[in-house]
Amino acid sequence: MFNHLLSLLIWLPIVGAIPVLLAGSGRPGLARWLALLVAVLTFIASLCLLPAYNAADGALQLAESHVWIASLGVHYSLAVDGISIALILLTTFVGILVIVGAWEVIQDKPQQYMAAMLVLEGLMIGVFCATDALLFYVFFEAMLIPMFILIGVWGGPRRVYATLKFFIYTFLGSIFMLIGLIYLYLKAGTFDLHTLAALPLTMREQTWLFFAFLLAFAIKVPMVPVHTWLPDAHVEAPTGGSVVLAAVMLKVGTYGFLRFILPITPDAGDHYAWVVIVLSLVAIVYIGYVALVQDDMKKLVAYSSVAHMGFVTLGIFIAFMLVRDAGNLEMANLGMQGAMVQMISHGFVSGAMFTCIGVMYDRMHTRQIKDYGGVINVMPWFGFFYVLFAMANSGLPGTSGFVGEFMVVLASFAANPWIALFAAFTLIIGAAYTLWMVKRVLWGDITNPHVHEMKEINGREAFVLISFAAAVLALGIWPQPLIHLMDASVSQLVQQLAVHKI
Amino acid sequence: MPTFNDILIMLPEFYLVAAACLLLLLDAWMKPEQRNILHWVSILVLLVGIYLVVAGQPDVAVTAFDGMFVRDTAAEILKVFALLCTALIFVFSRPYLIDRKLYQGEFYTLMIFATIGAMLLVSAGNLVMVYLGLELLTLCSYGLVALNRDSPLSSEAAIKYFVLGALSSGMLLYGMSMIYGATGTLSLAQLHGAVAHAGMSPNLMTFGLIFMIVGISFKLGVAPFHMWIPDVYQGAPTAVTIFVASTSKIAAFGMAYRLLESGMGGMAGQWQMMLAVLAVASLAIGNLVAIVQTNLKRLLAYSTISHMGYLLLGLVNAGPEGYAAAMFYAICYALMSTAAFGVILALARAGFECEEIDDFKGLNQRSPWMAFLMMLAMFSLAGVPPMFGFFAKLLVLEAAIHAGMLWLAIVGAVFAIIGLIYYLRVVKVMYFDKPVEGLELRPQADGTLRTVLSLNALLLLGLGLYWGPLLGWCRAAFAS
Repeated sequence: MFNHLLSLLIWLPIVGAIPVLLAGSGRPGLARWLALLVAVLTFIASLCLLPAYNAADGALQLAESHVWIASLGVHYSLAVDGISIALILLTTFVGILVIVGAWEVIQDKPQQYMAAMLVLEGLMIGVFCATDALLFYVFFEAMLIPMFILIGVWGGPRRVYATLKFFIYTFLGSIFMLIGLIYLYLKAGTFDLHTLAALPLTMREQTWLFFAFLLAFAIKVPMVPVHTWLPDAHVEAPTGGSVVLAAVMLKVGTYGFLRFILPITPDAGDHYAWVVIVLSLVAIVYIGYVALVQDDMKKLVAYSSVAHMGFVTLGIFIAFMLVRDAGNLEMANLGMQGAMVQMISHGFVSGAMFTCIGVMYDRMHTRQIKDYGGVINVMPWFGFFYVLFAMANSGLPGTSGFVGEFMVVLASFAANPWIALFAAFTLIIGAAYTLWMVKRVLWGDITNPHVHEMKEINGREAFVLISFAAAVLALGIWPQPLIHLMDASVSQLVQQLAVHKI
Repeated sequence: MPTFNDILIMLPEFYLVAAACLLLLLDAWMKPEQRNILHWVSILVLLVGIYLVVAGQPDVAVTAFDGMFVRDTAAEILKVFALLCTALIFVFSRPYLIDRKLYQGEFYTLMIFATIGAMLLVSAGNLVMVYLGLELLTLCSYGLVALNRDSPLSSEAAIKYFVLGALSSGMLLYGMSMIYGATGTLSLAQLHGAVAHAGMSPNLMTFGLIFMIVGISFKLGVAPFHMWIPDVYQGAPTAVTIFVASTSKIAAFGMAYRLLESGMGGMAGQWQMMLAVLAVASLAIGNLVAIVQTNLKRLLAYSTISHMGYLLLGLVNAGPEGYAAAMFYAICYALMSTAAFGVILALARAGFECEEIDDFKGLNQRSPWMAFLMMLAMFSLAGVPPMFGFFAKLLVLEAAIHAGMLWLAIVGAVFAIIGLIYYLRVVKVMYFDKPVEGLELRPQADGTLRTVLSLNALLLLGLGLYWGPLLGWCRAAFAS
């Protein structure tokens, strides 16, 4: 039964999008229910990954491989390890919530919106499963098309600018990665990632490839200084688009680091680890300050995403320093693990934050912080969730936001206390920008008469927020199952770091 | 003396000539209201032509009429797609032609004769045959471009096409005569052998080669010999533009392959660099100038120029893989053109050409399916996976890197990003903009047109997901 589970996970939402689309604009209710059905089925199928996967082994499992293009030796090959499974679960989980979240919010062509979401979900799962570089690239790029449409059709006033910037920026990065992949293909005769990982490469080759990959994935993550597309895309995207973008799509970038840079160019990765570490620290500290001064809630959370993703890249590359320079495998493991937990946690927290902003936006049609104030007086339940997610966003112990950041800071301390010092800044800055926003939006007196008219969240919105809240708290209080799921895979990755390829 | 075997080898061509002549007669005998019969018979003629090409496919390359005519796998594949594209054009064009009172027998016969020219060109085994096929193809095209004789734009385009086409034919012929003077042979096979030997006058050969490349570049529409492309694309009736952008491009690739590899393969070291320079010029001019266009046909014209630059990236490789990549690209481009222009044809009505980009505003509101098909074509042209166009680009980039021209592949990649801008603009107009009030944007009611157009556009997605067999054929054509 598990032979084609991964294919099922990829193609179920994509094929499921067709009947949703066919439901037509005349029957929006049918389209919504069909989309929800497909999303729930996909989620259930993704849960089947857990029993099928042997977490103690940690290697790539549930492999599927078919010849795709015989004359090029390209395979349609899929496999997952603990890290991929965690990300796939995150994707399918968020997949349901964005469809529920958009239920009656999207009135214009709901069938196209739902279909685009489902296709996007399938493609993202594809990215997390692909073990052939060309297949990975195809999924990686194809993701842009539904997102482009989502932002462009259902987005805010400057949606065209934002979506074009998003598309061209991402395409710009990945096309150079494609050149790198072709180069590797001509050397190895295959796009198989496992073979590419074993391919000996000179330092010069590795350096070029490293920067080609870094450009592609850094734009996706996004890292400073190529992050400028993100605030625009987030601000203009519809709520669901922002949620998917922040919760899952950004993780594709860091996932790419794990699958391409770590195994294929480990020596260049080690040599230039300082570049990434410095950029990550800049993201954490500087972008934190940038977030502090935002007037637009979505922009604030978008910048905080950049800062939080800085922890992920920091955790991955601090592992290089620890393994290669200090030989400290244990701490490297911790840093890498922290990065992975942070990826999942940020998925929940940022998704929840964007959902909250979406809930308020649906009532007030503004995202400006100054237009709000005293929201807690009219929406107490909503206020409860908003404060919870804000706490998670600023890394309060007991929420998921704390676990990953703490692990990364600990590992950084082992590598270099100065790095840890800068990284720990986030605890202050993150709390500052998030809580200050909460203060201005929720607390205080109601100054804007429109706030009086805001209605408390309805059952549908409550469902979405409760789901996110449960995930955030579960991960914060008891992260062990997630860590166990990824543990063996992470240690294998860390061991790979130690292998010299020159 | 021609033998029966010679005729058998050329059977598809002989059959098409006979069929085209019969169609001429049929047109003369039939009343105007019976023209639908002519339409369907023409399509049938082309489909039978495809059958004859495929059914009579020889296992090894064979020649007829003392090497004038070559029938090998490369020629077979190109012929199949040339015939297929022409058949698609017939299906897509009918409502357009009816609306413009151009629904006449000439359109069909001229197109079939032009296709025969394309078939002779891709099968040429002799410089004379190259020239003969080329002239048959282009002379018919001149007439087709001028088909709408009351339109000044159309006539202007035809004259430009004719003058520049005659000039380039002259150049080609001049180059051929130099090569003939240097080697004393017109046969491509003997030429290939002769070029490899020393003792030839190198200057004369190089000059001849340069003039031939000018001729080829003109046919492909490669910068700086691209001047005619935008005017002809815009001025010609869309039903003819689609031909110039599909069948004609397949033929142009065939001609480039015959002359450069079959004939002058020994001088690859010299023409590789020339093609690389031409490719860069095409990529730059095509992509940059396309950004500022407001007319979709003109935009697609500049996009053609850039696509031919990519095709050259494959030819630059000068090896079997490179030719296969370039052939794959030519086929891919032809199918993308038929889809893109097909949507324009389907949306055009009497008195409304639907060729300005603004005409497509809000198409998703009016006709979501047409917008979707056009989006597939645009993303394919832009080279975004998983569309067909991406894999064609992948192969030519690989060919260029394999030839040791990493810089050229990087140039190609950079211009792929720049090219993205104008393709995305078309998608933006269709999906993100509000429709213009009072403008009725409804596709033609012709059921066949809609079905075949949908298949054509969906094929771009289908071949993107599974393009192995096609690449296998292209590779088999050049494996030796």
